[in-house]
Amino acid sequence: MRLGDRVLKVRSKNAGPFWVTIDVFCGDAARFAEVAARLDTARVAALYGLAPDALRRFDIADLSVVKFSLPRPVVQGAPEDRDMHGAAWACLLEEAALD
Amino acid sequence: MPTRVLVPSGVLGLGFDRAALARGVAGRPDVIAIDGGSTDSGPWSLGAGQSKYARAATKREWSLLMAARAAAGVPLVIGTAGTCGTDSAVDWMAGITAEIAAETGQRLRMARLYSSQPAERVVAALEAGRIAPLNPAPPIDAGRLRAMTNIVALAGVEQVQAALATGAEIVICGRTTDTAIIAALPLARGADAGAAWHGAKIAECGALCSTNPTSGVIQVDFDATGFTVEPLAEGARCTPHSVSAHMLYENADPFILHEPGGHLDVHGARYRALDDRRVRVEGSVWMPGPYTVKLEGAAIAGYQTTILAILRDARYVASARTWVARLTAFLTGLIADRMGLHPGTYALEFRLIGVDGTLGPLENRSGAPVEVGVLGLVTAETQDVAAEIGKLINPFVLHYPLTDDEDLPTFAFPYSPATTDRGPLYAFALNHVMHLDDPMAAFRMTVTEVGP
Repeated sequence: MRLGDRVLKVRSKNAGPFWVTIDVFCGDAARFAEVAARLDTARVAALYGLAPDALRRFDIADLSVVKFSLPRPVVQGAPEDRDMHGAAWACLLEEAALD
Repeated sequence: MPTRVLVPSGVLGLGFDRAALARGVAGRPDVIAIDGGSTDSGPWSLGAGQSKYARAATKREWSLLMAARAAAGVPLVIGTAGTCGTDSAVDWMAGITAEIAAETGQRLRMARLYSSQPAERVVAALEAGRIAPLNPAPPIDAGRLRAMTNIVALAGVEQVQAALATGAEIVICGRTTDTAIIAALPLARGADAGAAWHGAKIAECGALCSTNPTSGVIQVDFDATGFTVEPLAEGARCTPHSVSAHMLYENADPFILHEPGGHLDVHGARYRALDDRRVRVEGSVWMPGPYTVKLEGAAIAGYQTTILAILRDARYVASARTWVARLTAFLTGLIADRMGLHPGTYALEFRLIGVDGTLGPLENRSGAPVEVGVLGLVTAETQDVAAEIGKLINPFVLHYPLTDDEDLPTFAFPYSPATTDRGPLYAFALNHVMHLDDPMAAFRMTVTEVGP
């Protein structure tokens, strides 16, 4: 199963020009518990070509949200940047297998 | 004494609900505050010192807010005027204000807070050890600082309070933090500091913290123990979830927010529904720290010319990667032969729209698109060189074959000329903070009268 099939929404946005932040809105406590347990940080980091310790992870039970923040793979607006607002990075996580 | 801040929208230029604004004015706010900028669209605005929004949209919305201000009899504050908050953007916004004042017969006192930084000030601070990098930070030195087209410092509440203290009816701020324009008056009037900064963060995107994000208008009441947020559009609601979830938005850390002179910690915040549309928040904490202001800077990273072709022939679509690799190798030789330029002195990149145009090397899916857009990006040290390379490669982007022994193909160019000269390509060049002994040391202010 893809992560996106299990949760309400996966959203990514710039958090300033040098970071991107990805929010996984699980929808309820049960899905939050499942997703938080099954989402492996190292595997998420690999989707973005990063080492696991480059990723900041917040499991926020009150909001049923798992949040990842990472240094942008390419700084916003740099000549190599392909996605000025960082919104498409969410697709990689949304489409990732949950196991 | 509670302080009521009316926030018409998350940014000037994207519109707001006029009935909700009228409701906000009727609620007797103490100040009307709106953000005018962001780095979110990329480095162009800061690099060029220009607004990304249409002047017509800005003027129309600003005139409505000036009318609301007159009806409420309170100051109107804009932060980060003209998207980037450079001095040029502040003056652009001041010019619009003066036009409206003249056209509507309003005589007004207008304060301008300037945030642009002369490179020499930042160079001196760097040499004095008063600049610290954030993570990740681009490398800087005196030469790089002097080459930047614009450097701004993000003002906090102290500078906005100084502008309000002039008695100005209109306050046009250069670069400020998104929160400072909202937190300034409540803090000056004794609101709890944790509540002031947290409420300002919740309100800085307007109604994005509510169930009706595009309605724009919200109001926040600040007092000695917390804040209460209420959306003003018909049917819009704030819930403990919609309000607390806003801390996720565009924030790398949803619990900590760094500001000039300290940071906000919302780990202990408690969100409570007062009714079906208002939320009360208490328990956030402000932690004072050294007085630093964040710096933003942009530099020219080259000049660009682009070209767009579309492959529709099924064989070329299926072989787009092979074709573009072969084309790139051929053009690299051609540019060396005709112009004597070698990679490193210019950059030539083709992106395949329909294959991996958005994610590049991170893309892990593949499919069979109907067509493939080939976006060529030429970046060089001058526009003349970029344009010349564009003209040189143009016929080959149109006709280059997949193999040597076939008729010349012709691809689709969507317009003529096929190349577009984009001008300077800017890059963000600073992610640093600067220590200040006096909050006004890096900012200046003027007060003028506008109108008849």
